[in-house]
Amino acid sequence: MKTREITMAAALNEALHEEMARDESVFMIGEDIGRNGGLFKVSDGLQKRFGAARVVDSPISEAAISGAGVGAALVGCRPVVELQHFDFVTLAMDQIVNHAAKWRYMSGGNVRVPLVIRGPVANGVGLAAQHSQSLESWFVHVPGLVVIMPSNPYDAKGLLKAAIRDDNPVLMMEKRLLYTKSGPVPEEEYIVPIGVADVKRTGSDVTVVGISQGVNLALQAARQLEREGVDLEVIDPRTLKPLDIDTITDSVRKTGRLVVVSEGARAGGFASEVVARVLDTAYDALKAAPVRVTAADTPIPYAAPLERAVLPGLQDVLTAITAVMPNKTKVGSV
Amino acid sequence: MNRVANGVDELLPLLDQMLVIRAFEKRVVELFDQKLVRGSAHPYIGMEAIAVGICAALGENDYITSTHRGHGHCLARGLEPGRMMAEILGREAGYCRGKGGSMHITAMEHGMLGADGIVGGSHGIAVGAAYGSVLLGQDSVVVCFFGDGAANEGSFHEALNLASVLSAPVIFVCENNQWALSTPTRSTMRVENISDRAVSYAIPGVSVDGNDVLAVREVAAEAVSRARRGEGPTLIEAKSYRMSPHSAFATGETSTPEELAEWSLKDPINRLVDILRASGVEEDRIRKHNENAASLIEAATEFALEASPPPAEQAIHDVYAPADWAREGRLS
Ligand SMILES: Cc1ncc(C[n+]2csc(CCOP(=O)(O)OP(=O)(O)O)c2C)c(N)n1
Ligand SMILES: [Mg+2]
Repeated sequence: MKTREITMAAALNEALHEEMARDESVFMIGEDIGRNGGLFKVSDGLQKRFGAARVVDSPISEAAISGAGVGAALVGCRPVVELQHFDFVTLAMDQIVNHAAKWRYMSGGNVRVPLVIRGPVANGVGLAAQHSQSLESWFVHVPGLVVIMPSNPYDAKGLLKAAIRDDNPVLMMEKRLLYTKSGPVPEEEYIVPIGVADVKRTGSDVTVVGISQGVNLALQAARQLEREGVDLEVIDPRTLKPLDIDTITDSVRKTGRLVVVSEGARAGGFASEVVARVLDTAYDALKAAPVRVTAADTPIPYAAPLERAVLPGLQDVLTAITAVMPNKTKVGSV
Repeated sequence: MNRVANGVDELLPLLDQMLVIRAFEKRVVELFDQKLVRGSAHPYIGMEAIAVGICAALGENDYITSTHRGHGHCLARGLEPGRMMAEILGREAGYCRGKGGSMHITAMEHGMLGADGIVGGSHGIAVGAAYGSVLLGQDSVVVCFFGDGAANEGSFHEALNLASVLSAPVIFVCENNQWALSTPTRSTMRVENISDRAVSYAIPGVSVDGNDVLAVREVAAEAVSRARRGEGPTLIEAKSYRMSPHSAFATGETSTPEELAEWSLKDPINRLVDILRASGVEEDRIRKHNENAASLIEAATEFALEASPPPAEQAIHDVYAPADWAREGRLS
């Protein structure tokens, strides 16, 4: 397949262009997405191409636009609702949790809600506690929702296309700092299926499951530890719900060691869920207690030294690898 | 009405506050461009008369809530520019010890309940603060500052209705600066005046020239006395203009040059200066006030730049208020 290097924002933008061209029932609604092309340019050029009726610059009304997304989905549209920052999902929570997630079930399967709600997770840039949250675990906890977090441009594009075509409500959380990072994306059309993990690197010593930026930290750690003879297997679930647990447990059966890296807060977080799921079926394969690398249980602070202290970094991953490999001397001091 | 009835001396503090806000905001943008401010910062340039006029009608025991564009509210409420700047630069000497930054400055000692990065996030908080102080017999009124964009959030409508039925002493001050980020306000609402929305909640709604500090102060004074008399909330719409890009981060130009030129003629600072000139204040004196504001902000910036960043260990503190379970180490 012929590929070129594009950013994650450009990859998402391509997905939207392609799906809107392909299917007239797809439309977008969100704040500053049309005229302005979105705060991070993910919807650049869409309003020009498809018109203001299909790329709607909405009032600042997250509850109403999310609810409108549910309603439009019920009658046959495929709405893509953008939250300018994913933190604002709190204002749309009732529409997502009590409506989008349950409408099909409560109707006894009578209806479908093919809705996508997506937006950035803007941690690491000093936007402080109300603009920096990784809230994915909340949604994994709500039956009826699909939850996606891409770590690179290829997956982001393919997953967004799959999400738009899926008949279920899908939440997609995109790390803002990854928007400007480039990676190879095929020129031809492709889809990344929902519910399929990707082994980003094969290895034999430790299974590292990364979520979003966690994948990139794990790959960095793997490159560094290679020199020290430690071989990491890095798995990117890509979709958190449904979770491709088989790919993870197969890997753990091979390595016997598990580290999970996620930028969500620790308590009740998605990393805990991965550990629990592995314990369910592969407890006997573990040679060491699994380790979670997560954000601290605090809101995200503003000042740089504080934010750095709270978010997981490369050193935290290296420390975790040391913890699951007690017979190795301290690895990867940076 | 003679607008300088009480003499120019009474107007000069208003001028000082507006000059300080403008100088502060210009400095913040410079510091952002030098990469000393993280994230973003939303300048209050062009809207100074709103915060200054409103806060001039408040007393010491009153409260305000604020927004992402909150520096002007803070300064008008009497917060120290040095400690504000320290917060914006992420220093320990800042009002929130570097945890909050530009969008979250809070200072209870000034009745400043906190700035809010969530658009429309503080409507309910203001109603509760007002109702709570009635319950506590405090005779405080609460001003809730918010933007035109925030008037499209559900919280706006719920809070106005709740304040109305509770007769809460709260004043909703909508700063209609014609824009919500890149979106022109006229494209997201069909009412001519945001104050028209007060009708739905059976409370008074007034629109005022938000670039006229004296007019703003006058409608604020009326709303404050109404609230203190126990007659409930007022919605004030202050019509103004954002004379800068949305934020130091989102700098894309939204307004047209014509629009900018038109509103430059209505610059709130120049308008007060014109009144002062007409009342015989000499240029020299006005220049002095300008210089004072500039040196105040220089000193504030110096203080902030010299202050140290918080140590990393601070990150885990302040999540919970002191409690037995925390003291006894049952922290997680
Ligand atoms: C709930 C919520 N939605 C969206 C945003 C992103 N955002 C920040 S400021 C802004 C525009 C706000 O416009 P307005 O209320 O008119 O205030 P102004 O910036 O003009 O002072 C938007 C959309 C936010 N911070 N919170
Ligand atoms: Mg506005």
